[in-house]
Amino acid sequence: MIEFLLDGLLVLALVATAAAALWSADLFRAVVMFMAFGVFMAAAWVRLQAPDIALAEAAIGAGLTGVLLLDAVSHFGRGAGDKPDPGDRE
Amino acid sequence: MTVPLLYALAGTVLCGIGLLGLLWLSHLLRKLLAFNILGSGVFLVLVGLPQHQGGPDPVPQALVLTGIVVAIAATALAVVLIRRYYHLSGMTSLEDEPPARKGGRQ
Amino acid sequence: MMMGRMRTGLIVLACLVVTGVLASSIWTIAGNPAPVDLPRMLSENLERSGVEHPVTAVLLNFRSYDTLLEIGVLVIAGIAGISMAETTARADPNLRTGDTLLYALQRWFVPLMLVLAGYLLWAGADRPGGAFQAGAVLAAMGVLLRLGGTPMTFLRPGLLLRLGLITGFTVFLLVAVASAIAGEAFLAYPPALTRPLIVIIETTLTLSIAMVLLALFVSAPVNDAEDPDEGSPT
Repeated sequence: MIEFLLDGLLVLALVATAAAALWSADLFRAVVMFMAFGVFMAAAWVRLQAPDIALAEAAIGAGLTGVLLLDAVSHFGRGAGDKPDPGDRE
Repeated sequence: MTVPLLYALAGTVLCGIGLLGLLWLSHLLRKLLAFNILGSGVFLVLVGLPQHQGGPDPVPQALVLTGIVVAIAATALAVVLIRRYYHLSGMTSLEDEPPARKGGRQ
Repeated sequence: MMMGRMRTGLIVLACLVVTGVLASSIWTIAGNPAPVDLPRMLSENLERSGVEHPVTAVLLNFRSYDTLLEIGVLVIAGIAGISMAETTARADPNLRTGDTLLYALQRWFVPLMLVLAGYLLWAGADRPGGAFQAGAVLAAMGVLLRLGGTPMTFLRPGLLLRLGLITGFTVFLLVAVASAIAGEAFLAYPPALTRPLIVIIETTLTLSIAMVLLALFVSAPVNDAEDPDEGSPT
């Protein structure tokens, strides 16, 4: 029973961060929870003895997808009156 | 009940959560997050189930690796589409009333 | 209001039913023995593949068809994303970041990530690593440069962008067709050349994956002002 403690906690963390990512009121918080979900997924892949997938999930799922979504969220909900930041104007 | 089977069942729960979010939530970015969670659940099932029966198995691991890369390409393309949609219409979902917003083509 | 609640209840019920069916079928499948023992088959054929790590062998030799299709899908997604881009590659030095922390982070991390990507690519032959992980680290390095405002001229629409996008897929497809023309099956490497071919294919795959992901990231932002005219100068 004790050997399921670590994996049980990890599964609970996965489900909790997934639910928080989808039903957070704030969009920014949802994306941050999704990045945490990606990190927990990387840990789950290590527990499943799949280090290649863990590397890819950490780099892609938590890293690249997180940056992409954060960049998108920061531009959502901006009214037309905001000045565009220098990162936008080309 | 071994560890991989526990993760496979966790994958089905994640599938359920992702499916629920995909159908219920209306904001497009949240639908995208739900789609990614659904994909992660499927990957867990894909790796957990064979490894419950046979130990570490490289073939489903390779398939899931391919799946992760394709998923991020699809997510990135979806983000491009959603941002263009928001820029052109001012809306963040497919059903709501457009808020008053300058700069979008009406 | 009543329709909304009914709709929500129906959706929740449907998802619960789907999850339950999935879980019960997984439980049933887990009880039956596996029809074919893949790990044993794989370890018996591993030395014929040219690499020592089983996942890399599966990705680039035994199931190389899936990898070929995957890089094809990536190129299509990259083309679709770039075609909707309204940003240029940012050659104005005034747009470089003034934030000292980001600047220092760039200076330290970009060389480290380059070395890490090269190591991951090379280590994929006999330990966890490979083209996908190396391509992801390279793309992350590119994103870091982009966020810091460093100009990246290879992302302008032009020859370099096109070359970078298609090299991975083209080299892979050439190897596949060449072995078909030589009389073997499609995508069957000649036994003496498996190791060099895998190295070449993995390297070009890494570059292409990094380029596609970076191009998709660069294409995402949109101008907040009124749309410029079609054919705005790049």
